[in-house]
Amino acid sequence: MKYRYFTKILLAFLIAFAPTQTFAKTIKWSMQGDSLTLDPHAQNEGPTTQVSRQVYEALVTRGLDMKIGPQLATEWRTQGPNTWIFKLREDVKFSDGTPFTSEDVVFSILRAKQRTSDFKEYISTVSGVKAVNDYTVEITTSKPNPILLNQLSNIFIMSKKWSEKNFAVMAQNWDAGQETFSATNAMGTGPFKITLREPNTKTVFKRNKKWWGSMKDEKVTEIHLLPIKNAATRVAALLSGEIDVVTDAPVQDLARIKNSPAHKVESTAQMRTIFLGMDQGADKLRTGNTGDNPFKKKAVRQALYQAIDIEAIKKKVMRGLSEPAGIITFPGVNGYTEDLDKRLPYDVNAAKKLLADAGYPNGFEVELRCPNDRYVNDEAICTAVVGMLGKIGVKVSLFAQTKSKHFKELKDNQGDFYMLGWGVPTLDSHYVFHYLYESGASWNRVNFSNSEVDAAIRVMEGEVNLDKRNAAIANAWKIVKDDISYLPLHHQVISWAAKSDVNVPIRPNNEPLFRFASFD
Amino acid sequence: MDNKVITTWGKIKDSEIYFSFIKSPTAIVSSILLAIIFFCSFFVEFLTPYNPFDPSSLSLMDAFTPPSWTSEGQIEFLLGTDGQGRDMLSTILYGSRISLIVGFSAILFSLILGVTLGLTAGFFGGKYEMIVMRLTDVQLTVPSILMALLVDGIARGIISRELHDEMAIYVLIFAIGISEWPQFARVSRAATLVEKNKDYVSASTIIGVSNLAIMFKHILPNIMRPILVIGTIGLALAIIAEATLSFLGVGVPPTTPSLGTLIRLGNDFLFSGEWWITFFPAIFLVILAFSINLLGDWMRDTLNPKLKK
Repeated sequence: MKYRYFTKILLAFLIAFAPTQTFAKTIKWSMQGDSLTLDPHAQNEGPTTQVSRQVYEALVTRGLDMKIGPQLATEWRTQGPNTWIFKLREDVKFSDGTPFTSEDVVFSILRAKQRTSDFKEYISTVSGVKAVNDYTVEITTSKPNPILLNQLSNIFIMSKKWSEKNFAVMAQNWDAGQETFSATNAMGTGPFKITLREPNTKTVFKRNKKWWGSMKDEKVTEIHLLPIKNAATRVAALLSGEIDVVTDAPVQDLARIKNSPAHKVESTAQMRTIFLGMDQGADKLRTGNTGDNPFKKKAVRQALYQAIDIEAIKKKVMRGLSEPAGIITFPGVNGYTEDLDKRLPYDVNAAKKLLADAGYPNGFEVELRCPNDRYVNDEAICTAVVGMLGKIGVKVSLFAQTKSKHFKELKDNQGDFYMLGWGVPTLDSHYVFHYLYESGASWNRVNFSNSEVDAAIRVMEGEVNLDKRNAAIANAWKIVKDDISYLPLHHQVISWAAKSDVNVPIRPNNEPLFRFASFD
Repeated sequence: MDNKVITTWGKIKDSEIYFSFIKSPTAIVSSILLAIIFFCSFFVEFLTPYNPFDPSSLSLMDAFTPPSWTSEGQIEFLLGTDGQGRDMLSTILYGSRISLIVGFSAILFSLILGVTLGLTAGFFGGKYEMIVMRLTDVQLTVPSILMALLVDGIARGIISRELHDEMAIYVLIFAIGISEWPQFARVSRAATLVEKNKDYVSASTIIGVSNLAIMFKHILPNIMRPILVIGTIGLALAIIAEATLSFLGVGVPPTTPSLGTLIRLGNDFLFSGEWWITFFPAIFLVILAFSINLLGDWMRDTLNPKLKK
């Protein structure tokens, strides 16, 4: 008797689950860190945008080929130098069923311009936005803006109703540690919705059935994001089949993964430059021992620059997978030239002499702040730098911590000497200057200030004559490069590793688009 | 025969401990190994030309050199180098010194704490004894590594970040020491209970020797044997506990690595074929803990009269 029931139950289970087992498939995605917040306007940071991108959409977006194309807007035109008209897609619904209209666009752009938003500098030239009718939006800029579309591609559109209902009208104040509903929940028009969110442990994305577009492969129904901080553990999870795709495969393990017949590795130059920042604004270093701020002197900065053996870092730490950099921008960005990207030579003796001439023959002490779960081998790079600077007498103590704390404390202006990486999603030099070099800019933690550069940034924002604009960019690059306001290290090369039958197209901005994912 | 001078060496030679020592090959081998390890760890400055704790003396280009007997190995790096270009052999020796210092200090700390509490508890009895013994019961229900993690976590919260790297080693000693004391307390209490009813204790009490003197001058030497045995075995446990904590990343900082830190750092390179970075510290830790354990076993057999054949 008992046995017969057992068979019946088993059969029932088989019938109930068999079809879904063959059809629905989950992609388990891992990287070393997690999104910092689900609020799409609270943090302008890589993995945060990578997660938001699956759930939220923007007016325009970059496709697999990194070219700008329509997303929530179907067409756009300019009306005079400062006015843009966007026609919106009419068949779009948010994942909770409410229709998407121009009200939501107006709300979202204004939300991204609020004081608490990390995107306010992103669209600082947007001076007005209004709904012409339900499916037409008019955006005005304070001056002609040649890169508005690039900027809008990262401004995600939220539902006005949902935000009002959940007290999320203001962008989350991440820097102040605020907790909001929108930081742990996401509701957008994109191909996925988030059904489970455990920060740093697990995030479950399920297909948004109300999405207007079509998936490349209908079998992809669920994405699980499982961040694994330790590189070896992440690789072990991939090799054992627990994880399907890793978007930051550790460089030292690529050979091992390639050896596995069930896995594949893809590498591409990433749109991200890693560099070190030195606070030149403070009168006295917080962690120094000389009672003044050596970084104020250009000779000191140059000494540090020339003491770093970037080729050794490339060969030993990055295993050849990096491109030594001379400026904080990479090929493909408007304003980049190979000439600018040349580095000062590595020369320990010259560095020692520079340091002695600047009045620090015995060097000085300083603390180097590093993230340990953000960039490729970030902590190992910092450890190597500590040793190299030790050779010219600069005694550096390393303080490596998790990225959320690292970034928060940097923005609190607590760092004397720190590591940061910078991607350029707009593919225009303006983005770099606007965040890293403009006086008082939010990520300008070296406290660099130069009126000529500030003036050039104004030209970049308002000049429609491309020749004049490019001249301003070139001039600004020359000034900041000669000043050595940052120590550029290298352009990152990223590698994605995945099971052979899971295809997630690799993109140079390291952002996976799971709507283009497929199974063999 | 009568006029033979009795030297200390002669005394040792005549003792049963010496006799059982030279009759036991495991004891001889393990103590020789330990002697070598101790010597190398404490005189490492004179033995190797490298100082792995000084980052400015390292060259990144030396990083990932395999052991000298492999085809790409270099003779100046006998066991190869790690990811920062540190010579593995000297790093291991420097690291084992930290492991040994932490292990010894931690076990000494828990020995003093545990024996004091156990001895007084056994001697005075009453409510005091009950409280101490229930405390050990409570603590024995918590795994000692968890206890050490808890102490370390609290210490991290209290101590400011600037001081933390310097204080890390003391925190580690305290954390491991505090998690091991109940063993010592229990054993010394049990032994004290046996001793305190013996005639020499009663005699001392009658002639008016103070309690303190009775406990530490008369009873303590008589209960030292079992304490030494669990102390030796506890030393191996303490060294492993230190390695575990450092492996978990809550021990000493990576700039002054102990054996556990070295194993953790090498772990990242396991898949990439640089096996020596994690293998040699691990095998060194095994040899160290194994020799101490073997020596402890031999001591238990020798010092415990009940086990005598």
